[in-house]
Amino acid sequence: MQTTIDILGSVGLWAAVLRIATPLIFGVLGALLCERAGVLNLGIEGIMTFGAMAGWLAVYSGAGLWTGLLVAALSGAAFGLLHAGLTVPLGLSQHVAGLGITLFASSLAYYLFRLAVPISGTPPTVEPFQPLDFGPLSDIPFLGPTLFAQTAPTYLAILLAVLLAWMLARTPLGLAIRLTGENPHAAEAQGLDPIRIRIGAVVAGSAVMALGGAFLTLAAFNSFFPTMVQGRGWVAIALVVFASWRPGRALVGALLFALFDAFQLRLQPLAGGVVPYQVFLMTPYLLSILALVLVARRARVPQALMQPYRRGER
Amino acid sequence: MIVERRETRPLVLVVLSPVIAVAVALALAGVLIALAGAPVLDAFRAIAVGAFGSRLAATETLLRACPLILTGLAVAVAFRARLWNIGAEGQLYLGALAVVTLGFSNPLGLPGPLLAVLLLVAGALAGALLLLGPLALRLRFGVDEVVTTLLLNFVVVLLVSMMVEGPLKDPLAFGWPRSVPVLGDAQLPKIVERSRLHLGLVIALGAAILVNLVQSRFVFGLEAKAAGLSPRAAAFAGVPIGATLVKVALLSGGLAGLAGAVEVMGNRGYVSTDLSPGFGYFGIVVAMLANLQPLGAVVAALFAAAMFVGSDAMGRQLGVPSFIADVTVALCLLTMLLALFFSSYRLRRG
Repeated sequence: MQTTIDILGSVGLWAAVLRIATPLIFGVLGALLCERAGVLNLGIEGIMTFGAMAGWLAVYSGAGLWTGLLVAALSGAAFGLLHAGLTVPLGLSQHVAGLGITLFASSLAYYLFRLAVPISGTPPTVEPFQPLDFGPLSDIPFLGPTLFAQTAPTYLAILLAVLLAWMLARTPLGLAIRLTGENPHAAEAQGLDPIRIRIGAVVAGSAVMALGGAFLTLAAFNSFFPTMVQGRGWVAIALVVFASWRPGRALVGALLFALFDAFQLRLQPLAGGVVPYQVFLMTPYLLSILALVLVARRARVPQALMQPYRRGER
Repeated sequence: MIVERRETRPLVLVVLSPVIAVAVALALAGVLIALAGAPVLDAFRAIAVGAFGSRLAATETLLRACPLILTGLAVAVAFRARLWNIGAEGQLYLGALAVVTLGFSNPLGLPGPLLAVLLLVAGALAGALLLLGPLALRLRFGVDEVVTTLLLNFVVVLLVSMMVEGPLKDPLAFGWPRSVPVLGDAQLPKIVERSRLHLGLVIALGAAILVNLVQSRFVFGLEAKAAGLSPRAAAFAGVPIGATLVKVALLSGGLAGLAGAVEVMGNRGYVSTDLSPGFGYFGIVVAMLANLQPLGAVVAALFAAAMFVGSDAMGRQLGVPSFIADVTVALCLLTMLLALFFSSYRLRRG
């Protein structure tokens, strides 16, 4: 019990929460945007992997860090366009197409990475994003190191959550996206083009997902290695359900999840020898499943999620 | 441009779909090979030679096809009933783990063949039980099984990691994290001399024939299909949806668990976290390429296995990363989806 309190009171824990949450925030926001328009994007795991590789490779080849993020976002958008092309105008199974995108994007990422960087003993690294310095703000005890000493993409992720919440709730575009996700026929009756709206949402959402991957290679770590995304995409898909498709709750969900993750990371060495470390590593995945079970009955699913829309077809 | 449903599905297009899909995927792979600076035609020739060019190559390809046939069947059986089992990878690992846990010693002194049969059953059972969890969550709480089966894959691999570094650790493995081996008596015999090809191939082929029989000749096969096509209509016609899905889950998870059992008992002898280079995930491609047909899964698995084995050889010769096989096989899933689409729809200017 005392150790729990000690861990919860440590500055390191709370500083880690925002860092661990960042890729999840990007992932969950991207997935949420796709799903609010009615398209499930199981390509997320592969898109995050490709984003991690593309962003890293751009920086490794001499581009700036922000250019790296841009490259990652563009690559994500490209895979998003592929997923949207298959599932929106053609109305193919969103499950199968999404899994296909994940397999294709991640294996292509490994292939291109191997082409660019031959096998070597130590993986090559880049100079990653450094924590920002907010001057006096960063010096405030506790709040300084936790809130005001993160890397720039973390603040970008939080800003995106606010922007997405505002866009969905308060703008005509947001209304159009939500209407398309609830009832594309009604959207068309309003003079909107459900197909274009869905494609746009999936492309934009996929770009955001890829940023989550790029955060891993350009801020959290400084190199790329296969399987580094480690199911974060699937966790993000679970978090969308947990958040009941609301950006604000998605942000809270990602932070809560990261808190548990940071907590178990610090508990691990203390329980060393008694509880195998793998048990701790399992908890994020089991927690995601538990979260799904808790909210499943109450979740407000977009009514037209996974329902293909073809003009003139019921 | 509008998408229009064809009045009839031309049989030629349906039959040719996988061929067209594979051809397009290979053409795209050719672009990637060219990107690596290798001569494209030579590379394809090297893949073919690497997969079938010698007796050893052919047996290696068949060896690689064993688990792929079984995971492909596992996915095909589930997808046919619209049970989205993406957890074949985890079920495979749990099957493998069960086999090692029960098969590294023989306290009852059972005869080898009997022990082997029991281990195969245990592996299948472990996989089947693992899929029942997500299915129960779907039926009871309405939780989508896609995400739960996917997440369980990571949990099971961690469980394997825990066991091979803990209770099942092989003290003779020079610190490599791998399990103690299954007893020699209980391992599957080789079926071709001077090769690694084992009885698992016969088991996989038998499973394909059996699944085909069950799906085409038994009421359960029809019920599963009906539950997939339209659950409401099926329920109205008196199909017990829940019970049917439980049977489908047992069969699907069982096949994936069997894949793990066979891979351990025939090929590796032990379990470790690198037992499967994505057999469970590529089972999805195999199932889709086969258009969910059990016997088609055998052919599709052979193709995927040939790509993997051939690309390894080609990669060593021409310096093309062997991930080219993963890319090509993954591409096949997307091109197959498109090919199937155009067998029942056409595009029209309008």
